[in-house]
Amino acid sequence: MIQPANDVLLEKVYSVKGGNFLKAGEVSSKIKKVLKEIGIPDEKIRRLSIASFEAEMNVVCYAKIGIMLLSINHHKIKLTVEDVGNGIEDIALAMQEGYSTATEEIREMGFGAGMGLPNIKKNVDDFHIESTAGKGTRLEISITLKNLM
Amino acid sequence: MTLQEIKDVLRCEDLCGEAALHSEVKTVFAADLLSDVLAYAKQGTLLLTGITNQQVVRTAEMLELLAIIFVRGKRPDAETINLAKSKNIPMLTTKYILFETCGRLYNCGLRGCIESVKDDTAR
Repeated sequence: MIQPANDVLLEKVYSVKGGNFLKAGEVSSKIKKVLKEIGIPDEKIRRLSIASFEAEMNVVCYAKIGIMLLSINHHKIKLTVEDVGNGIEDIALAMQEGYSTATEEIREMGFGAGMGLPNIKKNVDDFHIESTAGKGTRLEISITLKNLM
Repeated sequence: MTLQEIKDVLRCEDLCGEAALHSEVKTVFAADLLSDVLAYAKQGTLLLTGITNQQVVRTAEMLELLAIIFVRGKRPDAETINLAKSKNIPMLTTKYILFETCGRLYNCGLRGCIESVKDDTAR
């Protein structure tokens, strides 16, 4: 069933700056707070928070700039993460656990183990990714709410 | 086992969140790779790690971990401690190396939040 546009209960846009490792995670923290405030079930908040944090880290690690759009309706929480940056050469390869193009700096922080995208997929109900190498990546993930709200 | 009992076993020093020392610890995860923590650690788990940057606090926040114990005498900077305070995440530090820390807690009856990666079910 196609939902009309006015079905949206809440929409928020956040910007993420590539390379700003110190602030990495701030947007996900804000998103988590919003989800708590509107009373989304804890287990769903937790799954979306993990996915959101991984996606935010990806923007910080591999892009110049990105936006994160949180959109909630009665049926789902949707998070769209779009960036201008390195992009992904081979998505199938990037989806494999352990595959990574992370720099030494990223690895020293404890990331870049090639677990990010697979972990995002594991935690959400719907996962779409498209990317152009050298241009950027668009990730669309959602968590279904219809059984609970 | 409470966080206070763990603190005694590991001769920890409090960094923040002393008020939560009565919390009951049921499971533990240990890693220096935050990617793996995000992939495998479960809600309410105690994290043992040598990573002391702000992302470890963010990771704990997202996963709703119970507390963080830094091993090998490591301690985060003041900014990271302040972030943990604002997120109500207790942090302690022990001089024991990761192996000794895990061994001592296992001896006390604590277990991993998962046993192996092939058996990715929460305890």
